[in-house]
Amino acid sequence: MLIYACKRFGVAMLVAVAVSLLTFSLIYLSGDPAMALAGEAATQQDIEYIRKFYGYDRPLPVQYADWLTKALSGNFGYSHYLRQDVAEIIFSRLPVTMMLGACALVFALTLSIPLGVLAAMRPNTMIDRFALTLAVVGQALPSFWFALIMIFWFGIVWRLLPITGTESWVNFIMPAVALGYYVTPAVMRLTRTGMLEVLASDYIRTARAKGLRPPVVLFKHALRNAIIPVVSLAAVQFGFMLGGSIVIETIFAINGLGYLAWESIQRGDLPVMQAIVLILACFYIVLTYLADMLNAFLDPRIRVV
Amino acid sequence: MAPPQDAATEGIVVRAALADGAIIEPTPATLLRRRVLGHAGLLVGGGVLVLIVLVALLAPWLAPHDPLDQELARKLIPPIWHDSAKATWTHPLGTDGFGRDYLSRLIYGARISLLIGVAAMLISGVIGTALGVTAGYFGGRVDMVVNFIITSRLSLPVVLVALAVVSLVGNSLWIVICVLGLLIWDRFAVVMRSSTQQVRNLDYVAAAQALGCSKARIIIAEIMPNVANNLIVVATLEMAHAILLEAALSFLGLGVQPPQPSWGLMVAEGKGYMFFDPWLVGIPGAALFALVLAINLMGDGVRDVTAPERRN
Amino acid sequence: MSDILEVASLAVDIPLAAGVLHPVQGVSFSIGRGETLCLVGESGCGKSLTALAIMDLLPRTAIRTADTLTLNGEDILNAGEGRMSDLRGNAMAMIFQEPMTSLNPAYTIGNQLEEALLRHRRVSRRDARDRAVMLLEKVGITAAASRLRQYPHQLSGGLRQRVMIAMSLMCGPALIIADEPTTALDVTIQAQILLLLAELQKEFHMGLLLITHDLGVVARVADRVVVMYAGQIVETGTAEQVFAAPRHPYTQGLLECIPIPGKTRRGANLGAIPGMVPTLIGDIQGCRFRERCTFAMPACAADVSFRPAEARDHVYRCLLTPAECADNFHRKVPA
Repeated sequence: MLIYACKRFGVAMLVAVAVSLLTFSLIYLSGDPAMALAGEAATQQDIEYIRKFYGYDRPLPVQYADWLTKALSGNFGYSHYLRQDVAEIIFSRLPVTMMLGACALVFALTLSIPLGVLAAMRPNTMIDRFALTLAVVGQALPSFWFALIMIFWFGIVWRLLPITGTESWVNFIMPAVALGYYVTPAVMRLTRTGMLEVLASDYIRTARAKGLRPPVVLFKHALRNAIIPVVSLAAVQFGFMLGGSIVIETIFAINGLGYLAWESIQRGDLPVMQAIVLILACFYIVLTYLADMLNAFLDPRIRVV
Repeated sequence: MAPPQDAATEGIVVRAALADGAIIEPTPATLLRRRVLGHAGLLVGGGVLVLIVLVALLAPWLAPHDPLDQELARKLIPPIWHDSAKATWTHPLGTDGFGRDYLSRLIYGARISLLIGVAAMLISGVIGTALGVTAGYFGGRVDMVVNFIITSRLSLPVVLVALAVVSLVGNSLWIVICVLGLLIWDRFAVVMRSSTQQVRNLDYVAAAQALGCSKARIIIAEIMPNVANNLIVVATLEMAHAILLEAALSFLGLGVQPPQPSWGLMVAEGKGYMFFDPWLVGIPGAALFALVLAINLMGDGVRDVTAPERRN
Repeated sequence: MSDILEVASLAVDIPLAAGVLHPVQGVSFSIGRGETLCLVGESGCGKSLTALAIMDLLPRTAIRTADTLTLNGEDILNAGEGRMSDLRGNAMAMIFQEPMTSLNPAYTIGNQLEEALLRHRRVSRRDARDRAVMLLEKVGITAAASRLRQYPHQLSGGLRQRVMIAMSLMCGPALIIADEPTTALDVTIQAQILLLLAELQKEFHMGLLLITHDLGVVARVADRVVVMYAGQIVETGTAEQVFAAPRHPYTQGLLECIPIPGKTRRGANLGAIPGMVPTLIGDIQGCRFRERCTFAMPACAADVSFRPAEARDHVYRCLLTPAECADNFHRKVPA
């Protein structure tokens, strides 16, 4: 298992390097980052000043190495628009996005896993058809439209929930649902398929033949095996959710990383944009690595060689 | 044929009839047609999709007005089902904040969604399939490299990167299509890779190799036809994905630019009026939902009828 | 010696889109204490479904009916699921065919063994562990205590089947049903497992229902034999009776397929039964073997009931008289 962990870690590191290269080169898409940063109303003097300040006049490999080493030590540069160190502003907004992502994931898992288990226990019945319909509808619903509909009914018409801000946990209800529902179909289907397969397996027949009670058969024996791929999927989906939170955060005016990203993109604040993409990408890499490890740990065939 | 003389030989009679051709086994084509016609999701999804495609193609003849024609005097007329004095059959779905006819915008918006969906799907399909089939067929180091590329792509937050790129490069329609196409090929690659791996080990590939067929010929002639149905399913999923992504980008202001009638953009424009005129948000969103749902149903249906064992 | 298991007119019906399937029909037999009954027949004849019907582990869509189905005198036909789950693994246990997939890969052997006992008895974990060790040793597994901590994927097929046998004994059942326990194992191990089962049966004085399609196995361990074809019993008797003097044409056909060392001449044709098992959907009248039977008559199309052979406890389902059957058999197999 240790060798497996090391190998996967090595791959994760390589991917991180590749991603950092891609992120670094992002700002060169416009041709001249100094011009993009300076904005339309800038004079040639301003542009040259920015070029020097951010070091865009140095050779590319030097720029990359410098940027990367600084990033590894937590220094993501300086934002002229916000007059703050990029790292400061990012880490002040990060907890909100984490919170939103966690709530969304909890919502998604609480809805989809039990639904998937029930659907597998009673295939082709009402509950199964309901679960599958929910999955199909969930996959087709645009997230921003769903968010707006919820705001209209729960916020405006019925006045049950707050529409913007993050004062209390109630503020997170609609955003969490809007962010989490997109993940629900995939997790529900995987749980259902996994359970169907597992429930038809020989060792479940053995468990029943031993006289074990249905809850024991279902949870101790069946779900324990069926949940393994779901764990990986949930981790990956959590990573996607963090990336996709930009839409939800802007709609609900939640001051998280996604909202910051959108603001920076609008303003052309390149250092902040770069830093957010890099951080989210690294977060995803860490998540998938942990998911791999958890996966291996849950399956004795990998853990105990 | 004379009725069987005694029940003892009845089984033999039936078997003889089969051999004789009097009872005919259905052909694969007939079986496929039966399955297609029996699958509600495929029919409904395919039907709605065909309808939307027709509307998009015939837009110039179907739309009652020019979608870009503004007249502020006519702004915010509600749709025909509101019982308001302003509602009129001239504008059955009402008008938006600039006085533009909503029905016409909806119809022309279908063009944009479909164009982007198909184009981005084709671009990402070519990239992803090439990568996936290569990795699945050659295996070994090639596979490792492709896996690495796929994992790197998966690590990038798609919406964020798309927004960033569009903001830096410019936001014409074709830039949006290219950006999407270059970002959403991962599922193509993953599915094609595993399908190719499965097919690659089958006997007829080994036979083709033994005959000395070139690799290119094997890939095209032996492997592609057998992974084709997987490809179609993923293509529908990614087309839906591209449509939703473009809608999100346009909603955030970095996709299709006004005054173009992208459905996502229409939702964004209607957001400000949502309190009093919710249809401005409801109608284009519902259209998006219907289109994506139809595509997904069709994709699920194709998967079900071509490989019933892998049904949900 | 009272019977542990009594089965009378057991039937299993499965409704399908094309009609109702009758894979098991009119099955009756009994097993006494310390007796081994072998249920013989080709693949698809309904043997496994009969076993699952006794344990009430049939698929949800299947319907089972019987005139009598008792275990140690208790009616298990109408017993609720609660009572059945109390009996399974406890008074009656089952061993399945595929040892490679019959154990849960996520838990240790010890966990799965102990859970079988802890479900039915109020004992401590330590007592359960001790019993598990004792039984593992009994089934011939060395270093039993350390084996408890191993996972199924760390054991070979033969070892896993021994574990399955030990697991079935954890609560000291009165009846063990073994569904083709050796079919998936190497030939060299088959004999060991069978001898083991026979020994354990004697030691624990249990009833054993052994399901198999291998006549060699039957000859070795059976006290009584039940031959099934297409969901029905065609012949029942003691092992000696059925092997020495088979009466039903199907049983005779089966025995003719086996080469006999010393008697079958080199180069001679082994017997074969031509044709295929008939479809079991819908109401089937008459003898189900008649299409493949060399001696079929028009009368076979009507329902055929059992008739005794020379001995009273040897019965078979055919219209031919015992004498005619004997003739047919001796004509084919040189004495």
